[in-house]
Amino acid sequence: MSAHPSPKRRAFGAKTITLAHGGGGSAMRDLIDDVFLAPFSGERRDAPEDQARFDLAALSAKGDRLAFTTDSFVVDPLFFPGGDIGKLAICGTVNDLAVGGAVPVALSCAVIIEEGLDVEVLRRVVGSMAETARAAGVSISTGDTKVVARGACDKLFITTTGIGVVRSGLDVGITRARPGDVVLVNGLLGDHGAAILNARGDLALDTEIESDCAPLNGLIETLIAAAPGIRMMRDATRGGIAAVVNELAEASAVGVRLSELSLPMRPEVQGFCEILGLDPLYLANEGKILAVVPPEEAQAALAALRAHPLGREAAIIGTVSDGRPGRVTMETRFGGERIVDMLVGDQLPRIC
Amino acid sequence: MRFVDEFRDPALAKTLVKEIEAISARLERGRDKPFAIMEVCGGHTHAIFRYGLEGLLPDLVEFVHGPGCPVCVLPMGRVDDCVAIAEREEVIFATFGDAMRVPGSKKSLLQAKAEGADVRMVYSPLDALTLAKRNPDRQVVFFGLGFETTMPSTALTVLRAAREKVENFSLFCNHITIIPTLRALLSQEDFGIDGFIGPGHVSMVIGTTPYRFIAEEFKKPLVVAGFEPIDLLQSLLMVLRQIEAGQARIENQYARVVPVEGNPAALKAVNEVYEPRATFEWRGLGSIAGSGVRLREAYGAFDAERRFAVPDMKVADPAQCRCGEVLTGAAKPWACPEFGKGCNPETPLGALMVSSEGACAAYYQYGGLRGEAA
Amino acid sequence: MCLGIPGRIVAVADADAMLCVVDVSGVRRTVDVVCVAPPGEPLEALVGAWVLVHVGFAMSIIDEEEAAATLKVLTEIGEAEAEMEALRTGSIEPVPAPAR
Repeated sequence: MSAHPSPKRRAFGAKTITLAHGGGGSAMRDLIDDVFLAPFSGERRDAPEDQARFDLAALSAKGDRLAFTTDSFVVDPLFFPGGDIGKLAICGTVNDLAVGGAVPVALSCAVIIEEGLDVEVLRRVVGSMAETARAAGVSISTGDTKVVARGACDKLFITTTGIGVVRSGLDVGITRARPGDVVLVNGLLGDHGAAILNARGDLALDTEIESDCAPLNGLIETLIAAAPGIRMMRDATRGGIAAVVNELAEASAVGVRLSELSLPMRPEVQGFCEILGLDPLYLANEGKILAVVPPEEAQAALAALRAHPLGREAAIIGTVSDGRPGRVTMETRFGGERIVDMLVGDQLPRIC
Repeated sequence: MRFVDEFRDPALAKTLVKEIEAISARLERGRDKPFAIMEVCGGHTHAIFRYGLEGLLPDLVEFVHGPGCPVCVLPMGRVDDCVAIAEREEVIFATFGDAMRVPGSKKSLLQAKAEGADVRMVYSPLDALTLAKRNPDRQVVFFGLGFETTMPSTALTVLRAAREKVENFSLFCNHITIIPTLRALLSQEDFGIDGFIGPGHVSMVIGTTPYRFIAEEFKKPLVVAGFEPIDLLQSLLMVLRQIEAGQARIENQYARVVPVEGNPAALKAVNEVYEPRATFEWRGLGSIAGSGVRLREAYGAFDAERRFAVPDMKVADPAQCRCGEVLTGAAKPWACPEFGKGCNPETPLGALMVSSEGACAAYYQYGGLRGEAA
Repeated sequence: MCLGIPGRIVAVADADAMLCVVDVSGVRRTVDVVCVAPPGEPLEALVGAWVLVHVGFAMSIIDEEEAAATLKVLTEIGEAEAEMEALRTGSIEPVPAPAR
């Protein structure tokens, strides 16, 4: 479907989603029109085509390469402090485009719904997607809805795919880090991972840690303007900051040395990690990028990040070295040194 | 964090490292091999790697990572029993997170969960009891493992279940005790350890007197240590000072948490609920007399081993593994032919790769920078 | 083995059930206090105390004096070392204790 409601739009009155809503008939048409298209497209009315169409000349005016990415979201619980699966689905794909130096243009949204889902829940999620997309300045241009039998998925899965246009002349990439470069992050680490683990409730911990889930394209725009020689950016999602730094060290065939003392972290996240024996370097973030800039642009990059509302706690956390390629080390608080490797599986609370 | 940050102070660490360097320079004369100091506890092993302490020390001192990781030393047969219980239709199997990856002879709890077993990760045995109250039509089994530190928590949970008559709760008891194991290690003929960093949190329960035989019979120094890097460095210094003075005493660096007499209320609960087993098998070390406990007859109603039939099969460790030698300090992890190859944290073969507190996993994860150079 | 961390008891959750609320850097958890409850006193006496928490149980009341004593020993090592350093380098100025 394209993201525009049919002219005969009708209100959707059902309370729960059933298999009939995925059957291709008028029940499905009503669901799509009222629950999805109305929030996504506002008052715009286009012909209900099966695909979104873009004017190439308008895209070309924004840059010289097309960026294209996709991501699926299966977070449990659907709603958590600081966000929900809808906000996450928009931020994740917007950020994946933006870290490539692209201006995000449009997203698709495909949802798989488990029958029995409360329609109100769906409306809240879709409303959150629409709001986040507006805040990020992207449109949701096409999508798909499927309903599956109970147990075939967990409540709601969302896949978003995005296109963006890479700014002309800008070349950021994971292979571009060079010895001497400076590694920055735009703020406090580990909030999302801690918030999700906590929101599941199994651990019976009580804390106000919220997910940092946010669209970062605005922040990245100011960063690029301040540090035009920027080498690479990545959002530090699953696997945390440790995963991104390791990928970067390997791809650029460089060493990276982090400084434990300069890692920005909320005391609550530290406390959370101490209780459960977790390493915050491996906790997921959804509103944090790791950026590598040449040394002469480091201070300008830091200042630009800190001037942005989503970068107030930005910090320089390490440097790229000519050490053993692919090796990430961290200077511990007293000048000790440890290796920071990728995580093998999921990080499980270490209790005994 | 109070009582944490003070003991992570870099300036204090530098002071301690200098002092350790000075003492080892004095001890160096006439010494052709390093002093091997065993930290018994897996929590200490973890801290040593997390803070990069090994790299700070002079060559004359080396940490040997001891057997004190209850997840690592759990034999495969017991994991098989866990899986058998967890796979029962009526059971919710509640466990600490790090026990989920321990491999049995066929699968781990994580794999059993993927195949449909209802396995829940909890932070505390109390949470398992809560699960039992919320699911009265299910059998909730808690996977009790750990040393003396953890025993009071499961004992008190069993007592609570008895008091509150939560009949659908039971405990699969795999608790082990460190003292018989230390004795077994020390009794080995070629045991080349010069001193011990003693387990701080075990000691907060049992106190410091049970270690006396180590000094009196085996003439080795032991310093009960806290878990922050300053605690470990200070304790190491205390051990080295004893070595320099030709002494062997039990000292307590962690007096802020560890009273000499331990915790009487905790010990009372443990003695009320548990009795020693004749013997218990340790992965990598074999059977050690008196090193395990089980629920007393009076609490047999809460004993998962009595409630459910378990296979109770002995499964031998893979023959090529050298876990036993690593555990006793006779070999370094990287000396094992399987280290990092057949045996890695994703598919651990041996005990010490299983938990992040195991010596091999710690080396794999945080890197033995020294080992690499060697 | 045996991860344990310091937290502060901030409230009594359920006196009959011997449960209190512990705060660790802004993260709160209800813990069993049977092992640290002062005999014959109401649980309120524990509020404000720092305890060592292991798997949901307060296992030891942290002795603040002992903690201070441990740190004092460490500071003294630092001072003694600074004096030795002064002797070696021939400095005659009094040497201040290292910054903490």
